[in-house]
Amino acid sequence: MTANSIPHAGNILQRHMDNGITLLAYENAAVQSVNIVGSLQAGSIYEPPGQSGLASMLAGALMTGSERRDFDEMHSALENIGADLSFSAQSHKLVFAAKSLAEDLGTIIALANEALREPAFPLQHIERLRGERLTWLQYRQYDTRSRAARAMREALYPPEHPYHHSSAGKERSIAALTRDDLCAFHQSHVGPRGMILVIVGAVQAEAALDMAEAAFGEWRLPQQSAPLTVAAPPPRSGRERQIVHVPGKTQSDICMATVGPARQAEDYLAAQLANSVLGEFGMMGRIGKTVREEQGLAYYAYSRVGGGNGPKPWHISAGVNPDNVERAIESCIAQLERISGVAVSAEELGDNQSYFTGRMPLRLERNEGIAGQIHAMQSFGLGLDYLAGYAEQVRAISAEDVLQAAQRYLRLPELVVAVAGPHASKSGLPG
Amino acid sequence: MTIGAGELSVRGHPAGDGKKRQGKAVSTVSQHRLPNGLSILLREVHSAPVISWWLAYRIGSRNEPTGQTGISHWVEHMMFKGTPLFPAGSLDRAIDRAGGQWNAFTSMDATKYFETLPAEQIDLAMRAEADRMVNASFAPEAVESERTVIISERQGAENQPTFWLQEALHAAAFRVHGYHHEIIGDETDLRRMTRDELYQHYVAHYVPANAAVIAVGAFDTAQLLARIEQLFGGLPARGAPELFARPEPVQQGQRRVIVQRPGETAFLKLCHKVPAATDGDWFKLNVLNAILSGSGGASGNKTSRLYRALVKTEIAASAGGWLTPTVDPYLYSILVTLREGRSPEEAESVLLQEIARLQADGISAEELQKARKQAKAAFAYSTESVTEQAHWLAQSFILGELDWFERYAERLMAVSAADVQEVACRYLQPELRTVGILEPTGTGENGGTGA
Repeated sequence: MTANSIPHAGNILQRHMDNGITLLAYENAAVQSVNIVGSLQAGSIYEPPGQSGLASMLAGALMTGSERRDFDEMHSALENIGADLSFSAQSHKLVFAAKSLAEDLGTIIALANEALREPAFPLQHIERLRGERLTWLQYRQYDTRSRAARAMREALYPPEHPYHHSSAGKERSIAALTRDDLCAFHQSHVGPRGMILVIVGAVQAEAALDMAEAAFGEWRLPQQSAPLTVAAPPPRSGRERQIVHVPGKTQSDICMATVGPARQAEDYLAAQLANSVLGEFGMMGRIGKTVREEQGLAYYAYSRVGGGNGPKPWHISAGVNPDNVERAIESCIAQLERISGVAVSAEELGDNQSYFTGRMPLRLERNEGIAGQIHAMQSFGLGLDYLAGYAEQVRAISAEDVLQAAQRYLRLPELVVAVAGPHASKSGLPG
Repeated sequence: MTIGAGELSVRGHPAGDGKKRQGKAVSTVSQHRLPNGLSILLREVHSAPVISWWLAYRIGSRNEPTGQTGISHWVEHMMFKGTPLFPAGSLDRAIDRAGGQWNAFTSMDATKYFETLPAEQIDLAMRAEADRMVNASFAPEAVESERTVIISERQGAENQPTFWLQEALHAAAFRVHGYHHEIIGDETDLRRMTRDELYQHYVAHYVPANAAVIAVGAFDTAQLLARIEQLFGGLPARGAPELFARPEPVQQGQRRVIVQRPGETAFLKLCHKVPAATDGDWFKLNVLNAILSGSGGASGNKTSRLYRALVKTEIAASAGGWLTPTVDPYLYSILVTLREGRSPEEAESVLLQEIARLQADGISAEELQKARKQAKAAFAYSTESVTEQAHWLAQSFILGELDWFERYAERLMAVSAADVQEVACRYLQPELRTVGILEPTGTGENGGTGA
């Protein structure tokens, strides 16, 4: 990146291929490396009922060997040049990320192409992958933060809603998946239509896109399933509390949430500004100020808007001593009432607008940050000039806009509160 | 930015000799020292309009006596609780408004503060750090509020079974040296320490002669240097403090610890005592680790020896090793996450076989070649941002070798296959070993969910 430049329609090279893939490239001569960020319409929302974790297993299985290279050959090709390529499943997308020295771009494109289009799914490696996933899921069973987040998600979205299930799956569903399930999912969903591939780094943009086009240009998948969208769950009838007992822990994790906006929502930026005031700006916003700075209850206490392609949670997360759980929850609820009851001051609004616009140079300092921003502009349909007009959009948001966004999404009667940890004793922290 | 593995050169030029602003622009880093003893490392990088500004103090958990464990980290927290000039919260606000990042880290050897900001805003960070080097308030009520925050930080770490394993391993591997306790400190000390002890620790160690400022980014060196002198030159010179330090006696045989925690996942951690990061052997061990466990990365190092011996054979779900660049001799650690039904002892036996193979047969030319290429790539990735570059320069100051970072890749490239075999024989020995096992005690009453 040259000084004062940001990626925009004029300096991002873009190609739409007739198989539905969008290729984008941006030159960054300030580094020696190159990064790829990509996505396909094959996330966990496409999983058949009862097969939660299938997309995630598939993502891992893509790197266990292809029709051209076995497991060892595939990983040797990567590791011999100090490169990285990995796939993972989000709820809407199968995403991949790769990086290498600029001279090795051809190798990582070739490997990504093979992994996506010609996976061999060798049985022995699938079994090993399953064992690794089960070990990890077992470990997570004892992680209070993970358990609180899961309890929140399962209460916020009813069982038939795609977001009810974790993309990682559950022990039972992972144990039951077969190689045929992986093949079927691959054949139905892993295709070129809707795929995005972004290349950023010390490469010539035109040459980089030629390379990507040569690799992916012939790809066709006529039976590729239609893209899915996810609607918000029906409004809840009341506030809900979930308690998960995890023995042998010294701290409890609190996760409280309502259903937040999708990235494409018109008031998404206003909601993000409201969230920044609530639990992000400075030392974790108003929540950090009261829960951490004033009361000393927690090392972390913050809020986040999930965003993404659908109505993900807008949540507050805090880790506190078991004896302080109620006090922390009450403090957070008081802040939720305040942010959705009273407009933020002009000073607070100005601070947070300045924070949003000022942080952009830092976000665009590294290849992967630039690639992520370009991918987001394309993926969410924001337009490639979005970053160029971003500051103006942020500054146009009023205190009333922020209040309305908070009122629309932070509906306290529908709040879900989940707590995971040991039973409270009365011998906890002082004060 | 032109920094790269092949382009670095030896520019040994220890920080000045006490004369006013005696400095010399060396390689891409210019080094200076103010009369009050403050070290200065500056590197201009004009690839993005940002500057990363760091202040590193030579004080960490290794310098803490029993009874004051965790004091360096607590002092670091107190540095965010305000000064008369910048009251609590005012810098959080000012830096976020400027679109910056700021944070601090306490390690075993050091306490480091940084701000990365749009270039035109960097003066704020410079003024803030000059101010809080001498004017931090340590208000009694803020000390008490932070006490519970830090205990909460420790309790959050305790929720991870591997934290208990690490704490027990450190205590076993280091009987005398300060590396024996965790950076966060023992809870009993966190509950007992007083405001005055914290303040004394701050006054004693936050002095120019025990610190360095580091800046990397889009600035003019002469202008920035003049501003540093203006802001920091008037701070009193009090001489470098005598740091509390107790060398670890030679270990007399292998040590073993067992930790039991609720859960279902077993872990094995194998540690060997290795030299400080400034020792030539540390770089040889770094190449050894790249061959045993890979050099990192999201793909999981699936061609490494440990992956093949432990993960591919379905004994472990993961296995990896790492070295930490420390001031004093520390540990080379390998952590293995066991799969259900497999025992840590089985994994230990396989690990020891791999070590014996390395000692007996050495490594191949292909493995060395791979490790070198990985090192070159890893170096390129880790220096993409000004924040990362400044971090490594700060670490070089802490290690006492200002060109440590600049020579890093060059020193790795100079390691031979024979070097790797030699350090395997010298350091991966039973008498330098501490073995830790985390035994899960089962499900207990886990999993109860109710409305």
